[in-house]
Amino acid sequence: MPLRAKVASSVSRTAAALSRAAGRGDGSVIGGWIGLKIDPELLAHLAAGRAIALVSGTNGKTTTTRLATAAVGVLGKVATNSFGANMPTGHTSALAKAGSTPYAVLEVDEHYLAQVLDATDAHVVALLNLSRDQLDRAREVAMMAQLWRAALIRHPELRVIANADDPMVVWAASPPANHDQRISPPQVVWFSAGQRWHDDSWVCPECGSTIARQDNQWWCTGCPLRRPQPQWSVEDDGVIDPTGAWHKVQLQLPGTVNLGNAATALAVAAEFGVRPVDAVLQLGSVTSIAGRYAQVERAGRLIRLLLAKNPASWLEAFDMADEAPTLLSINARDPDGLDTSWLFDVDFSPLRGRQVLITGDRAFDLAVRLDVNNVPFQHVRTFTEAIQSVPPGRLEVIANYTAFQDIRAELDRVL
Amino acid sequence: MFSDSLCIVWVYPDLLSTYGDRGNALILASRAQRRGYPVEVLEVRSDQPLPATADIYLVGGGEDGPQALGAQRLIADGGLHRAVAQGSVVFGVCAGYQILGSSFFAKGTRYAGLELLDLSSDRGPSRAIGELAGNIDPRLGLPPLSGFENHGGRTHLGPEVSPLAQVTAGIGNDTRTEGAWRGKLLGTYSHGPALARNPALADLLLRWAVGVNQLPPLDDTWSDRLRAERHAAVAAAARP
Repeated sequence: MPLRAKVASSVSRTAAALSRAAGRGDGSVIGGWIGLKIDPELLAHLAAGRAIALVSGTNGKTTTTRLATAAVGVLGKVATNSFGANMPTGHTSALAKAGSTPYAVLEVDEHYLAQVLDATDAHVVALLNLSRDQLDRAREVAMMAQLWRAALIRHPELRVIANADDPMVVWAASPPANHDQRISPPQVVWFSAGQRWHDDSWVCPECGSTIARQDNQWWCTGCPLRRPQPQWSVEDDGVIDPTGAWHKVQLQLPGTVNLGNAATALAVAAEFGVRPVDAVLQLGSVTSIAGRYAQVERAGRLIRLLLAKNPASWLEAFDMADEAPTLLSINARDPDGLDTSWLFDVDFSPLRGRQVLITGDRAFDLAVRLDVNNVPFQHVRTFTEAIQSVPPGRLEVIANYTAFQDIRAELDRVL
Repeated sequence: MFSDSLCIVWVYPDLLSTYGDRGNALILASRAQRRGYPVEVLEVRSDQPLPATADIYLVGGGEDGPQALGAQRLIADGGLHRAVAQGSVVFGVCAGYQILGSSFFAKGTRYAGLELLDLSSDRGPSRAIGELAGNIDPRLGLPPLSGFENHGGRTHLGPEVSPLAQVTAGIGNDTRTEGAWRGKLLGTYSHGPALARNPALADLLLRWAVGVNQLPPLDDTWSDRLRAERHAAVAAAARP
C-alpha cells in the first residue's frame, strides 16, 4: 500500500475510534470520509488483494450482507460494513478497520454500485431486486437497471449472482445485445428469492412490451427476455443448491423473505469456495441487524422491530410478522421522503384480523389509507401508549426509517 | 354495458402510476360503495382498448417516457374522447393532467396532448416539490385543496377552462393558479392519491358521475384530521 494510503487508512481508523468514543455515532462514515479526503484512491488501495463480494438492491441488502458475511466466515475473519453504512465512505471505513483479512462482503447502496465495482474490482456481486424507493428524490427503476447493466459489462471477470424473479434485475445482469462480442460478459448465477412486488416491472426494460406472469414464471410478450432457470432456490424451510441438494436453513430471522436472503448468502459463499453444507450452519448466528428484527421485552410484551421503507419492503414485513397485535409507525422526514403517496401502493389487507395500532408523524395519512383498505385500527400518541394498549405477548412493530429510529431510541437503542 | 354499477376506469396503470395513483380509484370506489352504489373498477393497460362507456376515468402521474407513450396511445385509441363526448367524468393528476391539454414537454420534446382541456404545459425554471394548497373555485363549493406536488411543469390555461384553485402554498400551474376544470373534466398537480386529502373533491366526481346534487355524508374523521394537520404544517412552514 502506498505511504499516502497507509496514512489515510490510519487516520481513518483513528477518526472512527474518536467518533465512537465521543458518542457521536458508530464512526462508520466519518472515518472513511476523512480517509478519502487524504487519499481519494484509498478504497482501491484497501481493496487490492482481497476477495470481495458486493451486495446491492433496493431491499434486503443489509440482511443479506450479514448472512453472507456469516457464511463466508467459515474461512476466517470477513471485513464488512455491518452498520449499513453502504456508500464508499462506509466501505473505506470497513476495510481500514478490518486489517489484513483477505475476505470482504460489502453492502452497497444501489446508486453507488458502479463506482464501488470500479474502485474495489470485486470478485462477486449479488443483485437482489429493484423497486421504487423514496420517489421524490430517487431515480426511476429502469434508469437504475440501466446503470447497473452498463457497470457490469465493464467487469468481465466478475461473477454475478442475480435474482431470476425480478425482471429488472435479470435485464440488468444480461449483456446488451450490441455489446462488444470480443469481451465475454460476466458470468451469472441465478437465484430465486421471489418477488412480491410487481408494480415496477410490468413493462419490459428491453422492448417496452408487457411482462406476463404465471405462477413463478415471467416472460416478455415482445422479446426473448424471460425468467432464467435459477441454480439456487428456496423450498420449504431450506435452500436447494446448484447440485440439487436441499439444505435445511435455521434462521433467527422471520419470514420466507429471509429464506431467499439466505439462498443468496449461500450462493455468495459458494463463490468463495465455501460449501453450502458448511455455510448453512453459520446462518443461524445472525440475529438482529442494527436493531432490525430485534426483540425486546417490556412490561410483558415481547416486542419485535421490523423496518419497512418502501412498498416492496412493507409487503415483506407483513410476510415476516406473526399474527399478533401490530403497531405501524410512519414519518415523512427527509430520510424517509417527504411524500406519503406510496401508502396507497401498499395493500394492508394482510393485517385484517390483527389488532392494529398506528402512530408517527404521519399517522393520519396512514389512518386514511387503512380506512379505505377496511383495516380497523386505533391511533396512539406514544410508544408507551401502544404497549399499554395491547395484551401481554407478542407485539410486532413495523415502521419506516426515522419512525424506526424513534422507536429504537425509546427502547434505549436495543441491538 | 355498465348500467348496473358505477364503472371507474384506471387508465394505463402500467404507464401512469407512479405515486400511489391507485389510491384515487380505491377512494372513489370506497366512497360510492359506502353510499350503496355498486362499483366496478377496471384497470385498462396500455395494450388494451379503452372502453368508452365508463362513468369515471382516472389518468394518473408518470415519468416523462411513460407520459409521452401514454398520450400517444390515448390519442390513437380514441376511447377517452368518445367517453367525454358521452358525458363521462375525467380526473387527471400531474402527468395525466398535462396529457388532457393540447401539448406538454417530456424529455425535452413537445408532445401533442388530447386537447380535452384548453391548456398547454411546458417546463418551469425549477422542480415543484412539496405541499400544495389553494382555495378552490367557489362555483364548485368545495373546501380548500390540500395536496403534495412533484413536477417540473408549468401549465398555461386558455379561456375555455377555469382554474381549479387559487394557490395559497406551493406552485401548481404557475404559483398563482392550480389545476383546471371544465364540464366534468378536472385536473390537478396534487399528485398521487389526491382524493385522500380531498374527500369533498372525490364526492364532486361521484356526484357528476351519478348525476345528483348531494350524497349522504360519510364519517370523514380521519380525512378531516389529516387535512387539519397538513394545513397546520403548511402554515408553520410559511411563518418567518
